[in-house]
Amino acid sequence: MKIVVPVKYVPEPTATWNFSADLTLDREGVEGRLSELDEYAVEQAVRLTENGVDAEIVALTVGPAKATDALRRALAIGAHSGVHVLDEAIHGSDAVATSRVLAAAIGRTGFDLVVTGMASTDAEMSVVPAMVAERLGAAQVTFASALQVDAAAGTVTIRRDGDTASEQVQATLPAVVSVTDQTGEPRYPAFKAIMASKKKPVTTLSLADLGIAASDVGAAGSAVVVRSLTPRPPKQAGVVVEDEGDGAARIADFLVERKFL
Amino acid sequence: MSEVLVIVERSESGVRKPTLELLTLARRLGEPSAVLFGPADDAVVAQLGEYGAVKVYAAADPVVGEYLVVPKVAVVSDLARRVQPAAVLLTSGPEGKDVAGRVAVRLESGVITDAVDVRPGADGVEADQSVVAGEYVATSTIVRGIPVITVMPNAVTPEPAPVTPAVETVAVEADLTGAARVVSRSPKAATGRPELADAAVIVSGGRGVGSAEAFGVLERLADTLGAAVGASRAATDEHWNPHEAQIGQTGKTVAPQLYIASGISGAIQHRAGMQGSKTVVAINKDPKAPIFAIADFGVVGDLHAVVPQLIDEIAKRTT
Repeated sequence: MKIVVPVKYVPEPTATWNFSADLTLDREGVEGRLSELDEYAVEQAVRLTENGVDAEIVALTVGPAKATDALRRALAIGAHSGVHVLDEAIHGSDAVATSRVLAAAIGRTGFDLVVTGMASTDAEMSVVPAMVAERLGAAQVTFASALQVDAAAGTVTIRRDGDTASEQVQATLPAVVSVTDQTGEPRYPAFKAIMASKKKPVTTLSLADLGIAASDVGAAGSAVVVRSLTPRPPKQAGVVVEDEGDGAARIADFLVERKFL
Repeated sequence: MSEVLVIVERSESGVRKPTLELLTLARRLGEPSAVLFGPADDAVVAQLGEYGAVKVYAAADPVVGEYLVVPKVAVVSDLARRVQPAAVLLTSGPEGKDVAGRVAVRLESGVITDAVDVRPGADGVEADQSVVAGEYVATSTIVRGIPVITVMPNAVTPEPAPVTPAVETVAVEADLTGAARVVSRSPKAATGRPELADAAVIVSGGRGVGSAEAFGVLERLADTLGAAVGASRAATDEHWNPHEAQIGQTGKTVAPQLYIASGISGAIQHRAGMQGSKTVVAINKDPKAPIFAIADFGVVGDLHAVVPQLIDEIAKRTT
């Protein structure tokens, strides 16, 4: 079976993020990495193969040239090969347009199961997995906290933990599943795995390879337009006191002053 | 005037507060039409009408509860194509976002998630989002097709605007091939406290609390304030609190009036979930804890001493 794991190359969370003149996130002038929440997706795919599912794992990314770093990390965690969709025209795409590119690349690669993270750590929208499922006509289960595959039966069984209830959900393949950080910590690749990842094959695709017109992506192809980005004034430093037996009283006074009591 | 479709979230007792917030926002854009899944109980319809729903589209087919997402996507998309609303509004959350994303694809329009404000703009509906850990406000519009927007809870105070809604029954016509099916459901015990997303006050604990038992004192503080109880990921990973109490990048995003953080260092992943709080109080042993940088009032001290004293000090000031 074939498992495709879309992964995103995102700015390093501890770096300063800036915006370019076109109001997009500057991905060039900042260190980047494989989005931490996508590591859980790669990890789940690898665990499925370790638990008896005979599968080829393809890591897929849509991003600028440096996005191959995200693929290499996914390959080090255990994906077998990578696909990088690289095309300048994609710059500035909104989520709907991005999902079009991802779905086309997944379709071209071929898949039985798509495993994604629960959100990107930059845009944090959490909508792309559902959109990709819609476009692929595949079953969709998001926010899975546990995932099992029965390859013979062609089904996936997922646990989802909501606020008021925990659900067991079943879907037939092909399916798109997003996994949360509750699914189990991703492995830290051993040096050997990191070295081996450099030799794993990565295919680069352009929009033309996917049969997508430039006008369907990028700013021109996006329905969402960012009109402005306004920095918020940094929060005024508050009062910080040492507790000398009076800390609680001072908090209570503060709550009275601010009319919470 | 255009309709605005508002997707209703139900609670045990009726309608969740964020839905009332959506109705209030919808009135800025047009006439609110609530889209209600499940039986159109009189009490629920009345509550929707109390907050301005001129119409209620009621889709009662039980298939909605058995299959994930797809039936709701079908109903909302079909309605949107039929009535051509000024916008489709949903509450941010796992289901809201799944529905919103798929509806936007079907309608060939765009989706904006986690809006903190929605209003009419010069060239269409405008939405604000808080981005990059709250450092920026992004203002966006959807320039093509029907805008689909998910809105953060607590974005606005719900305003009553009583009307008697006209109720229209809507069939669920969905292609369910391949739709994921709920095989079993285990309800979780209710806490008896406000929901985190709705709560005006949240008492939250982190690694510094040290144990599940020690969380008891935070729960007592929460109960004196009528607050919800939240936790950082460190605390939920230790199972001192259930996962649904987790506030942060991989948990809930909250924006209460008051957030009291005890024993929470304030790592960026936690701050991502609570930086919209209007007032922050922090208690931590470590004077260098990043939480103090975003606190309006902070006490460097041992929460195991400070919190019980705080309960007493509050009692003194509220009798």
